[in-house]
Amino acid sequence: MSDQQKKKLTPVQQEYQKFAQAREPKRSVLYNCVKAFLVGGFICLLGQFIQDFFIWNFDFTERTAGSPTVAVLILISVILTSIGVYDHFGQWAGAGTAVPVTGFANSIASAAIEHRTEGFVLGVGSNMFKLAGSVIVFGVLAAFLVALIKTLWSMAGG
Amino acid sequence: MLRGHQTWIFQNRPVIVSTGTVVGPMEGEGPLALDFDLVHGDIWLGQDSLEKAERKMLEEACEQAFAKADLNKEAVQFFLCGDLINQITPSCFAARTLSVPFLGLYGACSTSMEALALGSLIIDSGGAQHLICAAVSHNSTVEKQFRYPTEYGGQKPPTAQWTVTGAGAALVGNQGTGPHITSATIGRVIDMGISDPFNMGSAMAPAAVDTITAHFRDLNIGADHYDLIVTGDLGHVGYEIARDLLIKHGLTISEERFTDCGILIYSREQPVFAGGSGCGCSAVVTYGHILKRMKAGELTRVLVVATGALLSPLSYQQKESIPCIAHAVALESGSEG
Repeated sequence: MSDQQKKKLTPVQQEYQKFAQAREPKRSVLYNCVKAFLVGGFICLLGQFIQDFFIWNFDFTERTAGSPTVAVLILISVILTSIGVYDHFGQWAGAGTAVPVTGFANSIASAAIEHRTEGFVLGVGSNMFKLAGSVIVFGVLAAFLVALIKTLWSMAGG
Repeated sequence: MLRGHQTWIFQNRPVIVSTGTVVGPMEGEGPLALDFDLVHGDIWLGQDSLEKAERKMLEEACEQAFAKADLNKEAVQFFLCGDLINQITPSCFAARTLSVPFLGLYGACSTSMEALALGSLIIDSGGAQHLICAAVSHNSTVEKQFRYPTEYGGQKPPTAQWTVTGAGAALVGNQGTGPHITSATIGRVIDMGISDPFNMGSAMAPAAVDTITAHFRDLNIGADHYDLIVTGDLGHVGYEIARDLLIKHGLTISEERFTDCGILIYSREQPVFAGGSGCGCSAVVTYGHILKRMKAGELTRVLVVATGALLSPLSYQQKESIPCIAHAVALESGSEG
């Protein structure tokens, strides 16, 4: 909790939070980071194999093989989500499965499955991007800002 | 009759005539599986939505209670029930099926004892001969509403809890041999500033302690009055905190006499983090496990303290802290009554 929020707490609440915190089990940050690093790295390694597969076996260059590679990874993630495996994997791997494109696919697929009972339009359609929506919004915003800076930089430089 | 500040004594000693408990697959794999009337292997219960499955569980729990008491629904005057879903639709829809006069309640996970306390008061005052007090929760519907999609691969911290899929119903009457309801303490809303919805145990522990201490103060009794004090769904984290807080308040209760429904319902090997939660948790453990032990003569006096976290997904997103509540109901074996 941030310091600003803590200031709003009464002394009794602050005392209790210290009391409670001492009794809460903690996640090992180091262990979690190592797991995330290894799993995230493994997913990227898998992506590399898939990419090489496309380059060797089909008429793809390193540049054009990116799209089918991502599509295959997304497909694997969606299948694992729909058979109920990905969430258990995610609980163990943490950010390792959340950060790569597989995590993004999982967030969309899981929301789509979850709201299937509300129908395709009001359920699946409107809830699919419940979690992924903010990634897209702030991804586009970040891309815009970076592009703006680059443009201004080249204008000032040139 | 009011005793002290916030406790009712039921002089006419309402009776839990019968109970019905229905649970899902995770609870069926837990150590209390044999104490429940029905265990479902499928979280959908053959329905086409999980919300319908939740309603179905509640209806089945009521049917079990009716069947065991050998009563039909015309013999029951009121139905007091609640759950965790928006506008308590599973309860309302089950009430539509039952077509018994209905009072919908919301006290988050404390709803089970809120219903039992109010039901006992109605029976005690002569307002009814029989009524049903029930509560239901379903893991997947609660996750959907309060947290993330069930298949989402986010990591939960070890302080998180697993919402129980289960429905518990108690048929309360003004006469019978079952365990009596002797008193109830209505809790205050306590907020210690915890705002992490994955740490409900810490948020709810002070509410449980406040209600337990109020109960003993109002009735002027000591902790050894009860064979067992069982909290609703504090889980391992909240339980430890509550125990230490009680000691801090000068109320030392030994580990054998103090437990938690959220700890009892699952084994430590199950992937439920700190333990069970949800209003079905205290309902099925109390109406299934605890009452069975009372009937077997292992326990005579039990205090059930159901705890509830009164947050909503909106209040959490608006960075509000989590206000919590706990209601205590005292049960006593029927042998002497």
